[in-house]
Amino acid sequence: MAKKREIQEYSTDPAAQQMLRRAEELALGTAFTRADNMVPCNIGSAGMCCKQCGMGPCRLTKNGEVGVCGATLDTIQARNLTRAIAAGAAAHSDHGRDMAFLLKATAEGKAEGYSIKDVAKLRQVASYYDIRVDGREPQEIANELADLYISQFGQQRGEVVPARRAPKKRQQLWRERNVVPRGVDREIVEALHRTHIGDDQDHEHILEHAIRTGLADGWAGSMIATDVSDILFGTPAPILGQANLGVIKEDMVNVVVHGHEPSLSEMIVAASQDPEIIEYAKAAGSNGINLSGICCTANEILMRQGIPAAGNFLHQELAILTGAVEAMVVDVQCIMQALVGLAQNFHTKIITTSPKVRITGATHIEFDEHKALTIAKQILRTAIDNYKNRDRNKTFIPQIKQDLIPGFSHEYINYMLGGSYRASFRPLNDAIMSGRIRGVAAIVGCNNPRSSQDYLHNKVVKELLKQDVLVVQTGCGAIASGKLGLLLGEAGLSEVGPGLKEICETVGIPPVLHMGSCVDNTRILTVLTQMVEEGGLGDDIDKIPAVGLAPEWMSEKALAIATYCVASGAYVIFGGASPVSGMPDRVSDRTRC
Amino acid sequence: MSRYIATRAIRGANALVTEAELMLNKALKEKGEDTPVSFPNTAYYLPTILGMTGKSVEKIGDLRPVMQQARNMLHLIPSESKWTPYLGETLDSGMATLLAAETIEAVRFVYGLQPEPMEGFKLAGGTSFTSPDANNKEGSNGHDAHLNGPIDDIQLRSWGIQLVDGRMPGFAAIVGCARSNAVAVKIVRELQRRNILCFLSGNVNGRSIIHQLREEGVELGYDTYTVPFGTDTISAIYALGFATRSALTFGGLKPGMSREILLYNKDRVFAFVLALGEVDDLKYAAAAGAINFGFPVIADTVIPEILPTGVTTYEHVVSMPFDTIEGKDELEKAERLVQKCIEVRGVKVKVSNVDVPVPYGSAFEGEVVRKADLRVEFGGKHSRCFEFLQMAKLDEVTDGKIEVIGPDFSNVPAQGSTDMGILVQVAGRTMQQDFEPVLERQIHYFVNGASGVQHVGQRDIAWIRISNMAADKGFSLESFGKILHARFHEDFGAIVDKVQVTIVTDPKLHTEWLEKARTAYDFRNKRLADLTDDKVDEFYSCTLCQSFAPNHVCVVSPERLGLCGAYNWLDCKASFNINPTGPNQPIKLGKLVDMKKGYWEGTNDYAKIGSHGVIQEVSMYSIMENPMTACGCFECIVMLIPEANGVMVVSREDTAMTPAGMTFSTLAGIAGGGLQTPGVMGVGKYYLISPKFISADGGFKRVVWMSSVLKDSMADELNHVCQREGDPDLLDKIADERKVSTVEDLLAWLEAHNHPAMAMEPMF
Repeated sequence: MAKKREIQEYSTDPAAQQMLRRAEELALGTAFTRADNMVPCNIGSAGMCCKQCGMGPCRLTKNGEVGVCGATLDTIQARNLTRAIAAGAAAHSDHGRDMAFLLKATAEGKAEGYSIKDVAKLRQVASYYDIRVDGREPQEIANELADLYISQFGQQRGEVVPARRAPKKRQQLWRERNVVPRGVDREIVEALHRTHIGDDQDHEHILEHAIRTGLADGWAGSMIATDVSDILFGTPAPILGQANLGVIKEDMVNVVVHGHEPSLSEMIVAASQDPEIIEYAKAAGSNGINLSGICCTANEILMRQGIPAAGNFLHQELAILTGAVEAMVVDVQCIMQALVGLAQNFHTKIITTSPKVRITGATHIEFDEHKALTIAKQILRTAIDNYKNRDRNKTFIPQIKQDLIPGFSHEYINYMLGGSYRASFRPLNDAIMSGRIRGVAAIVGCNNPRSSQDYLHNKVVKELLKQDVLVVQTGCGAIASGKLGLLLGEAGLSEVGPGLKEICETVGIPPVLHMGSCVDNTRILTVLTQMVEEGGLGDDIDKIPAVGLAPEWMSEKALAIATYCVASGAYVIFGGASPVSGMPDRVSDRTRC
Repeated sequence: MSRYIATRAIRGANALVTEAELMLNKALKEKGEDTPVSFPNTAYYLPTILGMTGKSVEKIGDLRPVMQQARNMLHLIPSESKWTPYLGETLDSGMATLLAAETIEAVRFVYGLQPEPMEGFKLAGGTSFTSPDANNKEGSNGHDAHLNGPIDDIQLRSWGIQLVDGRMPGFAAIVGCARSNAVAVKIVRELQRRNILCFLSGNVNGRSIIHQLREEGVELGYDTYTVPFGTDTISAIYALGFATRSALTFGGLKPGMSREILLYNKDRVFAFVLALGEVDDLKYAAAAGAINFGFPVIADTVIPEILPTGVTTYEHVVSMPFDTIEGKDELEKAERLVQKCIEVRGVKVKVSNVDVPVPYGSAFEGEVVRKADLRVEFGGKHSRCFEFLQMAKLDEVTDGKIEVIGPDFSNVPAQGSTDMGILVQVAGRTMQQDFEPVLERQIHYFVNGASGVQHVGQRDIAWIRISNMAADKGFSLESFGKILHARFHEDFGAIVDKVQVTIVTDPKLHTEWLEKARTAYDFRNKRLADLTDDKVDEFYSCTLCQSFAPNHVCVVSPERLGLCGAYNWLDCKASFNINPTGPNQPIKLGKLVDMKKGYWEGTNDYAKIGSHGVIQEVSMYSIMENPMTACGCFECIVMLIPEANGVMVVSREDTAMTPAGMTFSTLAGIAGGGLQTPGVMGVGKYYLISPKFISADGGFKRVVWMSSVLKDSMADELNHVCQREGDPDLLDKIADERKVSTVEDLLAWLEAHNHPAMAMEPMF
């Protein structure tokens, strides 16, 4: 058993601290306490355990040692990393695939409740691929785009099409290194194949494919997810929102959506505004429905609809601990199985919705895009029906929340720097060239209970701001800054160095720009590409003074993101344990594109 | 954009858009949807609206969607706390302000409220208002009792060459009211000295810089590069209309290419806004509109600054509170303020340091010395004046020697007249005799640069006037010498090492030198007549305009001068000698391909390079096949009239309707922008008298219609051409706008006058 930590060591977030004290009172465990109890395997965490076949698992501990098959440490670590990247890429890409199917269904008029909200973005995206837009109805364009996007997953030869949106020089480099993804699924399948027992056993060659798989995520699967989400639900623009557990309301039916995909959560937002449903909630004795989000579903509806975020990854259990949540509706990714057991101590229903994700003991109401609104209403009714079961003696909501301004899509960043007529990245490039800001840091990724929640995120962000570095964030990192008040224009005047302050004041931006969910890291790729195209900083992404950081990473998706960022030319730093700590030098050599 | 500025600009934009909507609705009700709206003498409708939205507004009803667009671009003012970003929103609101301002001015024109009336005001050159004729009373030039309003296309084009060749670096939109009248004058003089156009508008508490300058007797109008738009901020829109048209006229951009038009201005038009006095909401809003064009704002009061760059090239908003400017007095502060403006915009300015007791700069070139202000004149009706420049050996010239032989004008009565000759001797190792006329012609521009001095004509028909103001300040005959010495060194230092000037008023010597000069003029005429295209082995390129019209290139031959009329073959040759890497490069003709149409391998190759591949071939002598392109500053347009089997020639100064159904301004849109359009060509007017004038298509006999201003002003030359073409009465057979403005009338005229074109072979 690891050392038992004090509550203030678990999290720097005072709301989280209050809830962890509450958990202690109720003698309930959380990921924080489980992390204390569960010592990580130091062989596995360094990527030195091989369980690819029945001859093992082989646990390598010394340099020069080999597995039963003779696999070297290099091979084993490369294989483990590649499998993790493939899983991360698969998660993002499967999300992207579902979005592409949703676009297709919407274009065909078969998706109840959905419409094409952002025709301008549809036309823009279509034009990247020479899909004819002039004189065509949005549905027609969307149909063709959906077919093209769907085909990217099963494509066997050639190059995935979104890769042509990268800087020219970068594309050339990828071709020279033979790492341009052919099709998303093919690269993931090949990753699994190559890392099977007795296949690819040249670590450099394995990692080359890891790069290709990572690129299939960043420049296909994830990018498709972001594009389609914007087309269907609107490209985000700044909007006032709130974050932290204080957004849960005492007198309302609290529904928390958690997971990653916007397809269902957007419908729940729509359904929650339905007068009939509101009436139903009031009839149940509440003052209405209060929706909030956790994790990246939170980010999706926060940046488009201003729906408050109850918190980031490690807040999922804490939200249930408030005793005031009628339903936690989950879809895919980063959903702890512990939720179900924890919820049994309260009236909270855990509702799984994805055909891909069921959790033993949870209520399952399966999502189907063809009748999404109906299902969303059904879910809300289930939550409302549960309101009467709330035990007032067990509710404890920390009165802590923070206002924030999310919604910085690359389209909006482009707009905000010059308006409709002069939109461009010129002012940003100028600001870097003139030294007003020293560069851009993308601080992304998860929470990890092995470190103090939000501590590293916030420490790094605050220090960089003082050094005149503009920070962009996605995912759980963004919510961490949000909870701290760094996503407000005011922070741009008080928390930053003098150069960055001038920029924040000129544009009216917070010093930390919330760019979306973790799948939206592709927005950062687009920003970097546009900075290259604007000129003055260099002809490729590796010339831009930009860094990617994931201080509190934990998911395999983070590894996939890191890989495509490195392969796109960005400098990447990870906090916490390295999955390949046995061979850090070789990794950095190999992946430095 | 600081939140303070954003708040004020967005508030101002909301107010102005609302005001414009109210005015528009009132006009719609009172005047009706179909009442025409237009600005005078422009083919660009309401130019800012045209450029930014692509909409050609012709009647009041057309303004409705424009105002809708403006309304859609408005935003809420940023919150006091937890604000969302505001820079993009402010710039959009600024654009909405511009659309609203132009709408308001257009509606005011409908009501006869523009140009703004001003009792007793006289414009020193300005927009011609053909209608309403309220101001065009007998004996008036239409420039009285009102401010200028929008600049017309004619003026834009005639300033064109100066804008494109950099002599006129840009414009200052001055809005408001200066600290004092003296400061107002100083600011304008400092800008004029740098040849920067001054556009005046706005007021502070009802008092405008226009009032200040008028009180100080400063002449305002086209002639002095200082154009009074109106005494409210809204009239500043005319500056942006001018900017938009620069991009459309010279940049080859099309209406609706808003982003390109704005970037063109940011990169090529060196303009800035100088806000004098208190900045109110509307001024902030208009400034936000100007920032879209890349024009920075400099204020002489305390306002929040916006120093990061990007939308503009340098700082966006700079505050330079007048009181805190260092300087021993107001005038020195004013000078520093102007210097700051130039620094912020990054204008490259060359200031001539000419040691004369009056202000000096090309901004004074257009100044007119009226009879009432006249101290003395040389030439004209009552005396003889000539100028003569000769090259001499290096040891025969004493550099800087200025000699006046004969009496000065102190004994000449006020408004009197006396004979004078200006003899200039230059020497330099690379000086050639061919450059003599090139340099001599510069005397006109050089002398005109002095404030209070007017120069007209050349050679022995020169006519110079000195005003009382200039004479009182001590302008003397010797001053001419100082000007010429300084300017020849400055502009022609590469070919001229020594300059000596002699001013002759002594009657005997005057007569003697006049004879010598005339002999030289004759010699030069013969030399020019002998200088034909087939006698040289190189032509010259002229890419002066490429800063404005990126793909246009003039090919200048001895028998075809540049379309702006300012550069002939000898000028180009001299220019090449002065600056071997400059805009005029020799084009080796190489192999002759077709003498009739004027194709050489060398000219074709160069056309490709010079136009960056846009043009593949250029014919020197045909309008029908691969005609030469034009930027936008041509003196006249030649255009095919198919029904008449001939061409018409329209002068830039002619605002009337032509048989092509279009006025010059509209035609210019087709002829300019560096595009090859068979049947349309912009040319210099002296090309009309060249034997090579559309010689491939039949030459001068093809001219069936010509603006009367050309027929009258070039009567001698044109009659000579008619003789040469073997049809001495040809000029009378050519119709003009006084009798003919439609194709039907034209055909009847040609029939009646038996014009030769009717019997010529078909043009195509």
